[in-house]
Amino acid sequence: MASVMPAPSKSRLLLSGNEAVARAVWEAGCHVAAAYPGTPSTEMLEVISTYPDIYAEWSVNEKVSLEVAIGAAFAGSRAFCAMKHVGMNVASDALMTLTLTGVIGGLVIAIADDVGLSSSQNEQDSRFWGRFAHVPVFEPSDSQEAYEMTKLAFDFSEKHQVPVILRMTTRINHVKGLVTVGERIARPNTGGFKKDPARWVMTPAGAGKRIPLMFERDGALKAESEQSPLNVVESGRDARVGFVTSGPAYMHVKESFPDAPVLKLGLSCPVPVEKVRAFAATVDKLVVVEEVEPLVETELKAAGIACHGKDILPKQGELAPNVLKPAIAKLLGEPVPENLAQPAPVFPRPPTMCVACPHLGVYYTLSQIKNLTISGDIGCYTLGAGHPWNALDTTISMGAAMGIALGLDKGRGEADKDKRILAVIGDSTFLHMGMQGLLDIVYNRGNVTVLLLDNRAVGMTGGQPDPGSGRNIYGEPAPRVDFAKLVEALGVKKERIHVVDPYQLPVLFKTIREEIKIPEVSVIITDRPCVLIDDYKKQKPYEVIDEKCTGCGNCVEVGCPAIHVTRREKAIKPSGKEVELQFVRIETAVCTGCGLCVQPCAPEAIVHAEPRRPMRLVKH
Amino acid sequence: MSEQNVTNILVVGIGGQGVMTATEILAQAAIALGHDVKKTEVAGMAQRGGVVSSHLRFGPKVLSPQIMPGTADLLVAFEAAEGLRWCHMLKPGGLVLLNTAHIVPPVVDIGLYQYPDDPIGEIKARGYQVHAFDAMAIALELGDVRLGNTVMLGAMADHLPFPAEALLDAILQRFAAKKPQMVELNRKAFEAGRAAEKSASRAESAEPVPAQ
Repeated sequence: MASVMPAPSKSRLLLSGNEAVARAVWEAGCHVAAAYPGTPSTEMLEVISTYPDIYAEWSVNEKVSLEVAIGAAFAGSRAFCAMKHVGMNVASDALMTLTLTGVIGGLVIAIADDVGLSSSQNEQDSRFWGRFAHVPVFEPSDSQEAYEMTKLAFDFSEKHQVPVILRMTTRINHVKGLVTVGERIARPNTGGFKKDPARWVMTPAGAGKRIPLMFERDGALKAESEQSPLNVVESGRDARVGFVTSGPAYMHVKESFPDAPVLKLGLSCPVPVEKVRAFAATVDKLVVVEEVEPLVETELKAAGIACHGKDILPKQGELAPNVLKPAIAKLLGEPVPENLAQPAPVFPRPPTMCVACPHLGVYYTLSQIKNLTISGDIGCYTLGAGHPWNALDTTISMGAAMGIALGLDKGRGEADKDKRILAVIGDSTFLHMGMQGLLDIVYNRGNVTVLLLDNRAVGMTGGQPDPGSGRNIYGEPAPRVDFAKLVEALGVKKERIHVVDPYQLPVLFKTIREEIKIPEVSVIITDRPCVLIDDYKKQKPYEVIDEKCTGCGNCVEVGCPAIHVTRREKAIKPSGKEVELQFVRIETAVCTGCGLCVQPCAPEAIVHAEPRRPMRLVKH
Repeated sequence: MSEQNVTNILVVGIGGQGVMTATEILAQAAIALGHDVKKTEVAGMAQRGGVVSSHLRFGPKVLSPQIMPGTADLLVAFEAAEGLRWCHMLKPGGLVLLNTAHIVPPVVDIGLYQYPDDPIGEIKARGYQVHAFDAMAIALELGDVRLGNTVMLGAMADHLPFPAEALLDAILQRFAAKKPQMVELNRKAFEAGRAAEKSASRAESAEPVPAQ
């Protein structure tokens, strides 16, 4: 992350796309910036919070973050909000009416699409929102452009009184490149909020009058797009194929076909159709290279411009040179470059829960209980679907554990009549969108046991604070939500609310077993912090006494990455059943002494490590 | 180097090993020498023990940030099986600088997958060169396992298109700013890594070349 004191103007810095946007937001004189953490967008707000003279906040969800930005822009200040692609699904209710009111202060919304699915549940294309909401979309191709376009987007937003979407992808957000930075230009808000109900109060009558203005604005945006220097033709001497492209795909096109003519779309919505038509006339074949959906391609075809696109390129994933080169060779009837060396088959390394993670106790316990259907949610605890726990059955969207659990209950068939329905959700996801679902379960008398895993942080994105942390984005003390009181206020009976230490396995097991038998809603709150945040205190590490280990493998089922199997042996039980014994050791150097593995170890082979033993991370 | 005079270095390992920091330092060294630089990670959920591959491209002008299969000039593997996983990214016959550490994930521990018996042998069988050394042991000998990534940087020092001193400067500058008490230890770690790589290189050239 960039340092607290901003680097001086004209410095050339190695910045990620997220850091570059943050710098530009600050330089643009933006006053208010809000976001909910989400990979790959998170660092934008983290970095903004290190700059002076700008208010930054972690909001409870993306919709609220956009609404905070809208309010600031209505008040005449420049405002910014950032989210991952799926965040806009949540925020879109606000966006779709914001487009009618427009803004006074410039409002830029950075949306980070996870093209390539590095850390998301889907790969949706946020450029659709530009079409759906009739708002312009800017698409940077690297950090320098992300920086420049963010500043331009604020000016553009004010000029047309329209929110601007800055569409980024993982390959922009998380790539570092050199950026020449400038100075902050302060923009004191002198005008203030102007009372104007016809504009700011969107009743049906009011909205009806604003819709024609939105269409009028469409025309102005179209004219801008046709003339914008962000939409630029780069000539090339090999005119067999000309490319229309945007975002990171532009760099891949230039890398792959340095001699080809390219029309680069920086202001990609609305599409500058006439500019493309003129460009198309200068090349033999026109190919649209866009990640993910064929949006520009479809619009060009509708305008009668012949082009290739998703007929020769994939609709999923990144359009890197190793995808582009063979596709274009094939189009030109040239020999397709031969397959290079293939990757060696090596075991996968799926993400796992951290050593001593409090969720380990929860999933170990759930894996020991039969006859459960577990609706899960989005966060580290989604990993409970993996090995060795296999204790999570659904994941759809933020907060969905609640509604889906209720639906599993109400929609249960004869085959499931004895199944217990359990929902698992983290603190941040619960506050984001889960509370309403719980209220629905209570109100409609659902038979669901809710496990609310309160680890006081947004764990998966790096331990950012939330209203359950007691800290704000600056690390300052902030009011902390009391989950037990909150769920009681939503209508869960006091005797059905339990706060449990997830490291106390017998208590956790007993509480879950008892609550799932009771045919009404219960909430079990676990209350130990994420191991990645300062609230977590390490304890004395453990080790295994080799001679005492019987190879039962119970500790392996906890799933802690500090436990390693040293050897396996086949054995015959007195019952005659063949079992595989797993003898273990503990990576003492990384063990933080949570004690979870000690509890299922019958032979008491796990003991506190002797101090000053040589610590080794290496297994030979 | 590629046609556009761009150098491609791929650094791979596991979340928490300092792969991204090492590449960042390497990038700073290249910038100090006037190169354009792009650096990209396929980190996924790196903080959760996943695979990390960090692409560094530098030269007069860098367009795409990604190194394509078969085009890496150098592969630096912080873990043995990761060296095998990524070796196809190298140019034919290319060089892997490899830490011999084996870091075993839970899916191997619970018996779903096997850790390869001889990752170095498999890499060589695919026609690549390997200079292998135990970076963790070197770091521990110096007293701190976190020196591992400086050891790895030291190992790269003689395989870059610029003088080793430029890389050392970038490392020391970083520590002078953040942890001045660590400067001398890092200098030692750098030199130890450099020496370990040299001796691994000599050992390899003494071995008869296997029949292709």
